[in-house]
Amino acid sequence: MAFYFVQFLTGLASAASLFLVASGLSIIFGVTRIVNFAHGAFYMLGAYVAFTLTERFSGAIGFWGGIVAAALIVAVIGVLVEMVLLRRIYHAPELFQLLATFGLTLMVEDLVVLIWGPSDLLGRRAPGFKGAVDFFGQNIPSYDLFLIALGPLVLGLLWLLFQRTRWGVLVRAATQDRDMVAALGVNQKWLFTSVFAVGVFLAALGGALQIPRDAVHHAMDLRIIVDVFVVVVIGGLGSIIGAFVAAVLVSELNAFGILVFPKISIILVFLVMAAVLIVRPWGLFGKAEAPARRTPGLTVNPWRPLTSNERLAAIAALLLAAALPLISGNYALTVGSEIAIFVIFAASLHFLMSVGGLASFGHAAYFGLGAYGVAFLAKMAGLPMIPSLLLGPLLGLAGAAIFGFFAVQLSGVYFAMLTLAFAQIVWSVAFQWVSVTGGDNGILGVWPEPWAASPSHFYWLSLGIAALSVAALRVIVFSPFGFALRATRDSPLRGEAIGIDGKRIQWTAFVIAGTVAGIAGALFAYLKGSVFPDNLGISLSVDALVMVLLGGVETVSGAIVGAVVYKALNIWLVSQTDLSKLVLGSFIVLIVVAFPKGIVGILETLRHRRRSDAPKPAVLGIESAE
Amino acid sequence: MKLSVQDLNSHYGPAHILFDIALEVGEGEVVALLGRNGAGKSTTFRSIVGLVKQRTGRIVFEGKDVSDQPTHAIVKGGLGYVPEERRIFTDLTVEENLEVGRQPARPNAPTWTREKLFTLFPNLGEMRSRQGGRMSGGEQQMLTIARTLMGNPSLVLLDEPSEGLSPKIVEQMVDAILTMKKEGVSMLVSEQNLHFAKLISDRAYIIERGRICFSGTMSELDARPDIRDAHLAL
Repeated sequence: MAFYFVQFLTGLASAASLFLVASGLSIIFGVTRIVNFAHGAFYMLGAYVAFTLTERFSGAIGFWGGIVAAALIVAVIGVLVEMVLLRRIYHAPELFQLLATFGLTLMVEDLVVLIWGPSDLLGRRAPGFKGAVDFFGQNIPSYDLFLIALGPLVLGLLWLLFQRTRWGVLVRAATQDRDMVAALGVNQKWLFTSVFAVGVFLAALGGALQIPRDAVHHAMDLRIIVDVFVVVVIGGLGSIIGAFVAAVLVSELNAFGILVFPKISIILVFLVMAAVLIVRPWGLFGKAEAPARRTPGLTVNPWRPLTSNERLAAIAALLLAAALPLISGNYALTVGSEIAIFVIFAASLHFLMSVGGLASFGHAAYFGLGAYGVAFLAKMAGLPMIPSLLLGPLLGLAGAAIFGFFAVQLSGVYFAMLTLAFAQIVWSVAFQWVSVTGGDNGILGVWPEPWAASPSHFYWLSLGIAALSVAALRVIVFSPFGFALRATRDSPLRGEAIGIDGKRIQWTAFVIAGTVAGIAGALFAYLKGSVFPDNLGISLSVDALVMVLLGGVETVSGAIVGAVVYKALNIWLVSQTDLSKLVLGSFIVLIVVAFPKGIVGILETLRHRRRSDAPKPAVLGIESAE
Repeated sequence: MKLSVQDLNSHYGPAHILFDIALEVGEGEVVALLGRNGAGKSTTFRSIVGLVKQRTGRIVFEGKDVSDQPTHAIVKGGLGYVPEERRIFTDLTVEENLEVGRQPARPNAPTWTREKLFTLFPNLGEMRSRQGGRMSGGEQQMLTIARTLMGNPSLVLLDEPSEGLSPKIVEQMVDAILTMKKEGVSMLVSEQNLHFAKLISDRAYIIERGRICFSGTMSELDARPDIRDAHLAL
């Protein structure tokens, strides 16, 4: 009994940091409507800075002063980020905000390694809380007791801050109606900046307080952000109480899940989240809000199918690409196959995100599931290549069908967070279930059969499947189903009113996109001859998002151009620098701020402008006429 | 001159909404902006306070060109705005709603305190800690006006204050506006209800399809039933 009680207390102690980070995210979202992906990065920075300060200054004052100073320093960094970057993108569509803050996360990950090195750092124990308390023969670290007390204390302080100060009243008012607060003479800019500073302070404090418990390392940002997303989805984005209750719930599930169901401890939290979402899609303490503001269009270029000339041009380009084996060597062909595979992958995400308006941050899950599907079939069932290629993507389909069902219940940022959490769960399963997936060692020896083994043959195979997939997706875009999907994207209510079952349409789109991603993954497994958990990792999901963004979110063919340019650039970059995350992150931020329309979008605007010089294209930040 | 608007043109995306609007409000004056639904009254107000970003023209408030200032700076300068949709902060109590609007006192404008506003709108005084979302439409309308007055404005843009209110509340609203006028607040009031406008205003403009098509005193408007029928009658 005492053991379970101690386990319960351990869970409560873990909840403290989780609550600090999650409440910060919630507060920032409430006012700025930005889901700050970089929140995990600020948490990590808080831990690193605190590590340095507490090593530097001795004694109790040095330690506790160092913790608070670290949180303050990171809050100042947060203020700079807000002023330089976020202020430029408050009016941008959600996807761009999510991506920009994600780019920031990537940059921080590399910077942290540059400054503090790649190895884990073990921090000091907290002065005054070094020992343990004996509880019926079980030891409870006294620092855990401190954290348990801290959680409710911070909750109380935040409550006072929001209920009893003018600043709090202004923030709560702005959470509801930013423009009206401005129309009453309050400078929103500084309100936003101060809110961001408070949120980042909480995240950094959460990180700094972890150093006596855990090693500081450069992957702690992604680990916490996934937990935090789960917490705010369960608790309700924007609710501080919700963040507290959900943080306790998630931490306890983790603490007891390990004991009760050691094999499925990760999935347990997911099951609870799914249950909450079915009953209360807006979270336990969140409010059912009016449908999130529509993502305003960047351009008003209506989509149309290709004209017959353009079709000929596309076929010519395809033939040209097919002629590559005539002039280049094996390495170029392998790169070419990889690019073709990523064209399929990017096109599938584009379908979901641009046509369906559902920006998935975990699309790699279905790519990876397709790859694992092939690996299972080829290695375990011993199926030949063609049946494996045909059946492997079905695992992607199955995953998309299950996760998609829950994900499409939400929209906007909730959708993005949920898809990311799902992908992370699939990744953890692939990583942990060593007996089936081989864990970190992956599944090796998935080689194509002799007829497809030569680089040129595999290249033609990939290119052919890419062409078919892209063509099929385009046909769907301009089919009645595609129209219904776009109608649901642009106006769910009006779509419902003319008899479109929006959720079912979106679910179908999710499954289609997941299956096509699975096809790409299946090919990828044969290209590499192996499958690893990284094939469903977050960075691959982000790669796909950047490809679509680079090509142009609001174009029909942007994904193809984006995939080709990005993949070629990426392969080249990785061979050139060790700081690829830093470069990639800066690149993402730059695209979001400077070229939100992407390559194809810019080309289309130029062509549009040349054809009819009069109508100005409506620009980003357009005022909606509501 | 308290407020002078010249050559105001506004757009929503590609749509041109306001065309060369010119209007003035004198010191201590109450001016009505009359027009049907969709004529451009609210857009005019939103353009003056800078909530419509796509606008050109000059907006001079107390002798200063404010057309390039952001909304919060214009309002902070003493130009209050009461939106048509009321936009009460529904999660906040009455007193908290007022707190959001609070600004320092201004030498050239009457100073309002909570207590003074609770005498102007007695209903509000009885529900100080009620949430904005739990109030009736009329009470919300009073709260929006009170909230704007907390900023001690010297000029208030009042967008359709009588809309959707019961006749009894409309009477209270007339009294409140006249008290505000007596205290020295200048006002530009948009209305569809000619009768209401007559009770409170000194002068009137009529706006139709984004253009000002009449300007004159209330008695001049009375003398022109043709204009009234063409632009205001339902």
